[in-house]
Amino acid sequence: MLDARGRSCPEPVIMIKKAMASNEDEYTILLDNRTSLENVSRFARVAGYHSDYTEENRIFTLKITKK
Amino acid sequence: MIKNEKIVIVIAGIIIGIISVTLVLLGNPANMGFCIACFVRDTAGALGLHRATAVQYIRPEIIGLVLGSCLMALSKKEFSPRGGSSPLTRFILGFFVMIGALMFLGCPFRMILRLAGGDLNALVGLVGFICGILAGIFFLNRGYTLKRTYSLPKIEGVIFPVIQIVFLSLLLAAPAFIYFTEAGAGPGAKHAAIAISLAAGILVGILAQRTRLCMVGGIRDLVLFREWKLLLGFLAILASAFVMNTATGNLSVGFANQPIAHTDGLWNFLGMLTVGFGSTLLGGCPLRQMILAGEGNTDSVITVIGLFAGAAFAHNFSLASSAKGPTTNGMIAVAIGLVVMLIIAVVNTRKAAATVNN
Repeated sequence: MLDARGRSCPEPVIMIKKAMASNEDEYTILLDNRTSLENVSRFARVAGYHSDYTEENRIFTLKITKK
Repeated sequence: MIKNEKIVIVIAGIIIGIISVTLVLLGNPANMGFCIACFVRDTAGALGLHRATAVQYIRPEIIGLVLGSCLMALSKKEFSPRGGSSPLTRFILGFFVMIGALMFLGCPFRMILRLAGGDLNALVGLVGFICGILAGIFFLNRGYTLKRTYSLPKIEGVIFPVIQIVFLSLLLAAPAFIYFTEAGAGPGAKHAAIAISLAAGILVGILAQRTRLCMVGGIRDLVLFREWKLLLGFLAILASAFVMNTATGNLSVGFANQPIAHTDGLWNFLGMLTVGFGSTLLGGCPLRQMILAGEGNTDSVITVIGLFAGAAFAHNFSLASSAKGPTTNGMIAVAIGLVVMLIIAVVNTRKAAATVNN
């Protein structure tokens, strides 16, 4: 579980990028703004992952799974 | 959806390029349809924060950008008051980004517009800008962060947009304590009609909020993530302003005699190097800071106040360049700015910081 709440771009994308070095099939990242959500989702897609999020009280839980 | 996003930002960029050149045709200074640095500087002057009589005017474009972004954020439920991510560090970075921009004579937005007008000095600036961004990326990759931001009460986020309405009232009422450059006495006197400038600002604010347009983000994301989206916006503005300038006879290619520019290559390079480095450390160019400020981000508000303070200092202590070239004081200030930014980058870079929490 990555916690990128309060982080402004590009930090959340760098976090997921570094995490992906471990080459796992699934990652979960917490985000609190839509720009970061878009950016991380976009990066995940390009990196060959599928992404899906849920939103609760303006906190996005983004789940990234390998395609 | 990825394609869609890219098409939207290209269209937005084309519209912004057209608006920028149109503002010049309607009265704004040449290659200055938009310039966050120049307009903040003019507004600071109008408020008497500096007394450079050639550059004093409350620019409605700035007011519009913030209000346009604020309205759009509110309607999309993205208005989100927040702050607390190293505010004073951001103030100082904003301050020196302005010093660098006034060395070059333009923010990254005006750099593109100057390029689109054929000003090749801006090409030298662009090289410096890219080098500055690369320096920032070097630290980002090693864990540079200004730490997290926190949610704040709604009223915190509303203050800055309300201040813009106060600025607009001061512009319209023009009381005696507000300074305006007299006709013919400098760039401050050159402006489109208030309603037009305001509308242009609001429209660009809306487009920039939706597309997350950022001059520094474009090059940064391409290098960091091989992601083209933001850079496409940057390129679309360049292309559309270039076509508009060519069509209206405002294109003049060369280094010498460019409007509100100087030909000192080294300092054009170093000025934009400072802007690129500082903006990358801040997470966005001055335009992006203005948009985020409208969304309720008080870290960006503090950055913008840093820009104001930088502009005031620049003209109170002869740091800003003019068409004649840079000043010695300005060179010293830019050098200090680069050292300060380097220190900020080093002390905020910790290897462990960017890895897994919880």
